[in-house]
Amino acid sequence: MANYDKKLGAYICSGCGIGDRLDVSQLETTAKRDGKAANCKTHDFLCSKAGVEMIQKDIDDGEVNHVIIGGCSRRSKIEAFRFPEAAVTRANLREGCIWIRPDNDEAQETTQEMADDLIRMACAESKYMNIPTASGEQELNKTLLVVGGGITGMTTALESAKAGYNVVLVEKAAELGGWMAQLHKRTPNKMPYAAPQDTGIDATIAAVNDHANITVHLNTTVSKTEGAPGRFKVELAVESGSASTVDVGAIVQASGFNMFDPANVPAMNHDKSADIVTNMELEALANAAGDGPIKRPSDGKQVSSVIFIQNVGQNSEEEGHLPYHSGIGDMVSIKQAMYFKHLNGDCDTTILFDNLRTPGAAGEDFYRAGQDAMVTFRKGIASEVVAGGDLEVKFKDMILDEEFTESADLVVLDVGMVPNSGPDPYAADNLPKDEDGNPIEEENAVSVESILNLDYRQGTDLPHLRHGFTDSHFICFPYETRRTGIYSAGPVRRPMDIHQTMEDAAGAAMKAIQALENAGKGRAAHPRSGDLSYPLFRKEGCTQCKRCTVECPFGAINEDEKGFPVFNESRCRRCGTCMGACPVRVISFDNYSVDTVGQQIKNVDIPDEFDEKPRILVLACENDAYPALDMAGQNGIEYSSFARIIPVRCLGSVNTIWLTDALNSGYDGIVLMGCSKGDEYQCHFVKGSEMAHYRMGKIADTLQTLSLEEERVATYEVAITDIQRAPKLINDMAETIEQIGMSPFKF
Amino acid sequence: MSLNTAMVEKYRNNFLQEVAGNVEEGDWVKMCMQCGVCAGSCPLGNAWEHTPQKLFMMIRANKRDEVLTSDSMWMCTSCYNCIVRCPRELPITHIMHGLATYAKKLGLAPQSNPTQWFSETFWNNMMKKGRVNELKLGLSLYFKDGFVSGIKESIAHQKLGMNMMKAKRMAPMEIMGGHGVKDLSGLQKMIKKAQDIEAERLEANSK
Ligand code: SF4
Ligand code: SF4
Ligand code: SF4
Ligand code: SF4
Repeated sequence: MANYDKKLGAYICSGCGIGDRLDVSQLETTAKRDGKAANCKTHDFLCSKAGVEMIQKDIDDGEVNHVIIGGCSRRSKIEAFRFPEAAVTRANLREGCIWIRPDNDEAQETTQEMADDLIRMACAESKYMNIPTASGEQELNKTLLVVGGGITGMTTALESAKAGYNVVLVEKAAELGGWMAQLHKRTPNKMPYAAPQDTGIDATIAAVNDHANITVHLNTTVSKTEGAPGRFKVELAVESGSASTVDVGAIVQASGFNMFDPANVPAMNHDKSADIVTNMELEALANAAGDGPIKRPSDGKQVSSVIFIQNVGQNSEEEGHLPYHSGIGDMVSIKQAMYFKHLNGDCDTTILFDNLRTPGAAGEDFYRAGQDAMVTFRKGIASEVVAGGDLEVKFKDMILDEEFTESADLVVLDVGMVPNSGPDPYAADNLPKDEDGNPIEEENAVSVESILNLDYRQGTDLPHLRHGFTDSHFICFPYETRRTGIYSAGPVRRPMDIHQTMEDAAGAAMKAIQALENAGKGRAAHPRSGDLSYPLFRKEGCTQCKRCTVECPFGAINEDEKGFPVFNESRCRRCGTCMGACPVRVISFDNYSVDTVGQQIKNVDIPDEFDEKPRILVLACENDAYPALDMAGQNGIEYSSFARIIPVRCLGSVNTIWLTDALNSGYDGIVLMGCSKGDEYQCHFVKGSEMAHYRMGKIADTLQTLSLEEERVATYEVAITDIQRAPKLINDMAETIEQIGMSPFKF
Repeated sequence: MSLNTAMVEKYRNNFLQEVAGNVEEGDWVKMCMQCGVCAGSCPLGNAWEHTPQKLFMMIRANKRDEVLTSDSMWMCTSCYNCIVRCPRELPITHIMHGLATYAKKLGLAPQSNPTQWFSETFWNNMMKKGRVNELKLGLSLYFKDGFVSGIKESIAHQKLGMNMMKAKRMAPMEIMGGHGVKDLSGLQKMIKKAQDIEAERLEANSK
C-alpha cells in the first residue's frame, strides 16, 4: 500500500453535449468545494490529444496524482484516459446523466443535481483509493504443466512449446496418444470429407518427443500441487515409486474422458455376446483386420451384416444413463460404417439413429458420403439386442411407426464420453441435506481419484459444472476454470471430437501462457485483466470466521494453522467477494474498498424529506448491469434522476454495511443488480452473484430493526442485454417510493 | 421364372439396391435424409397411404411388396412441389413415376387403381395413331364403369363438349379413327425398340 500525498485533479469535459446540458462551472465548484480537488479544469474535448496532454502534463509536473474525469462512462475512451502512474476515477456525466434525462427546462434542475452528485462521488472515491501497485510477491515462471498425454495434452504442449515456453507433460499410461492412438482411422478433417482418414497420431507423438522444450513423463501422476500461478510446486509420482518436484507457472488439465459403461443399459446385453461391441471396441477389431475384412469376435466369421445402435444410454433420464449427449457418436458411426463398406465388400450396414448429429459442412458432406456408400440410415430406437447365435436387434422405426426385428453378425453400441475429472470440491454442497443442514452422503457415491491433488483450502481438484465436466464461464471464458492459472481443455470440459479438442488445446495453451505472464507482473486475469490491485488484509481485526475462505469462488485463500486466511494474490481474480463477506471489514483493495464505495454513498447530497426528491442507491455489477445502463443511455432510454449508480466489481463484493449506512443516511431505496446465478449462471465470478443474493436474503432483518419497509431494497439478476429492463427496475423503485413514502432517516 | 421372382432371388434382402439398379432415378433414394419436406409439401400426400418420404423409408426397410403394390406413386400429379423443395435435391417426382413403372413391369401395379387404369388407356390410345385421340380417350373415360354411368357422365358434360367443338378443340369426326402422325409405323418401331432395350436391361439385371 502506497503512502503518499494525494493530489486530486478534476477534469471536466464540456464536449459531447455536456456543456450544453449542464452548468459546467458549477460542477467545477462542486469538485473544488465538496470534492476537495485542488486542481480543477474544464476542456471542451477532453479525450482529444490536447485534452489528454493537459492531464498528463499536470501528472508529470507533480501537480496531480489522482485523476477524476467528469465526462463519458468509464467504459468509453479507456485508452485515452489511461494514466498508469495515477489513480483514475470517472464521473459518468454522459451515459449516466445527460443521456438518460430529457433535454427540457423542467428536467434541468434534477439533471444538474445528478451531475453534481456524480462529481462528489468520483472525488470521494478518489480520495479513499490508492494507486495500485503490484505486491512484489509475483514470480515469472515460463514453464507449463500439462496433465494428460492424449491428443489434447499433446496439442497443448506443442502449441506452448512453439510459442517459446517450456512444457512438462505428464501421462499416466506407459505411452502417449490416449484414445486417439487406439483408433483405426479418424473422421475426415480435409476436403472432400468423404472417407475415414489416417489419424496421424504417430507424427504428433514424434513431434512431442522430439521437441526440445517438452519433457515427457510417462507412467506418472500428479501427487501434489501447491502454490499459485507463477509459482506452482508440483510433485510428480512415477508408478515405480520414485517422485520428483517441478516448478511451473501455469497448468493445463487435459485429462480427457472415459467410455460410458454399456453395462448400465442391460437391454443391450453387451456382456452376453462377444459380438456386441462398443464403438471403441470396434476400432480394435478394425485394427486387427489389417487390410482384410473385419471378423466377428465370437467365431472369426467375416461380418456380412452389422447394425449400429446410436445414443446408448445417452441423453436419457434413466438411472445410470448419461443425461447429456456426447454429440460426436453419429459421425463416429458413419466412419465405422465406412470401414465395413471399404473392408467387408457387400456388407449390410445399418445405422439406427435417433437425431442424427453431423454438424457443419464437413459433417453434412460425410453423412452424404455414407449414404452414397449405401449405408442404411434408419431413424429407430432400439429396445433390445438379443444375444445367442445370430444377434437380433429389436427396434421401433420412428418414421414407419412400426416395430422391427433385424438380425446381424455384429452389433455396435454408440456409447458416450464420461469426463475424467477429479472429485468436485463442492460436491457436498450439491448433496441433499438433512434437517440440520448436513449433507446426506449418497450410498452408491463413486470415489473418484484426484487428478491434481491441489493443496488448496477448497478441495483437491477443479470444480465441476454439471455431470462431472469442469466448470468454466461457458459463454465468455470457456477454458477458464475456477482455479486461476489452471485451465481445462478437451473432453474433460465438454464432449468434443478431435478437431474441436485441438482447437480447445490451442486456446487453453494461450490462456495458460497469458496467466503465467500476468502472474509474473502481478496482474489479474480477466475479467479484471491488467488490474494490479490485490486483496489487502488487516490481520489484527480478523476474527477467523472463515467466511472469506469459504466464499472465495476461486479457492484463492488458504488458511494458516491458526485459522487466519492466507491470500494467494495470483490465484485471486479480484472479484471482491471476500471483501463483501467479511463481517469486520478487514479486506480491501487499493482501488476498491469498503471505503471507496462507502464514501461515495455518504457524499451524495440527500435533500430533506419535504423536498420530495428521493435518492435511490443503485449498486450495479460492472460486467453486465452497468454496461446495460450505459447502453440504455446510448439508446436514449430515460430513468429516474433520483438514482445514484455505483459500479461494483461483482455483486458478491457488496458488503452489507453499505446498505445499512445508506439506509441510515436517508436513502429511500436501494437497487442491487448482479448477473444471473444458479445452474445457468452468467456471473463473471461464478458464485459472486449467488453469494450476494444469499446475503441480501438476510437484509430484511436490518430493515425491520430500522422500521423500514422491505420493498426499499430490491435485488435483481440483470443481463447485459437488459437495456430496457435495467432502467425500468430503477423506475419501479422510484414508483415504489412514491407509494410508500420517503425515508424518515433524512437529517 | 417371372421377372418379379427373378428380381427377388437376385436382390434377396436388399430392396434399396434393387431400386437403385432398376428404377428410373432410383439411385437417389439412398440420399434421402428423411427430413419430411416432400411429405409436407405434396398437395395430395395427405390423402395417400404413403408419402414420398415414407416410400423411401420403406424401401430401406425392405418393404418390397408394400412399396411395389402401393397405389400412392400412381396418384402423383407431377406438380413438382417436392422436387423444388427437397434439400437433398432428389428428383422425387421422377422416382415416383419410376417406381410406378417398375411395379407395372413386374406385374405388381394395383389393378383397381383408376389412375393406373387411365395411364394404360392413355398409352394404348396414343400408340394407335402416334397421337392422342382426345374424343376417344374422353369417351373411354366416361364409359369406364359401364354403359349406364357412361351415358350419365356424357349428359352431365354435354355443354362442355359442345363448347369444345365450337372452339375447335374437339373434332366429332375423330370418332371414325382420327388422323395419325406421318410415319406411324416408324414411331411404333422406335417405341418397340426402346421397350426391348428396357426389357433386356431388366432381364439382364435380374440374372
Ligand atoms: S477477491 Fe475474489 S478471488 Fe480474490 S480472494 Fe477475494 S473472493 Fe477470492
Ligand atoms: S471474512 Fe474477515 S474476519 Fe472472517 S476470516 Fe476472512 S478476513 Fe477474517
Ligand atoms: S410431384 Fe407428385 S409426389 Fe411430388 S408433390 Fe407433386 S404430387 Fe406430390
Ligand atoms: S424432401 Fe428429399 S430428403 Fe426430405 S424426405 Fe423428401 S426425399 Fe427425403
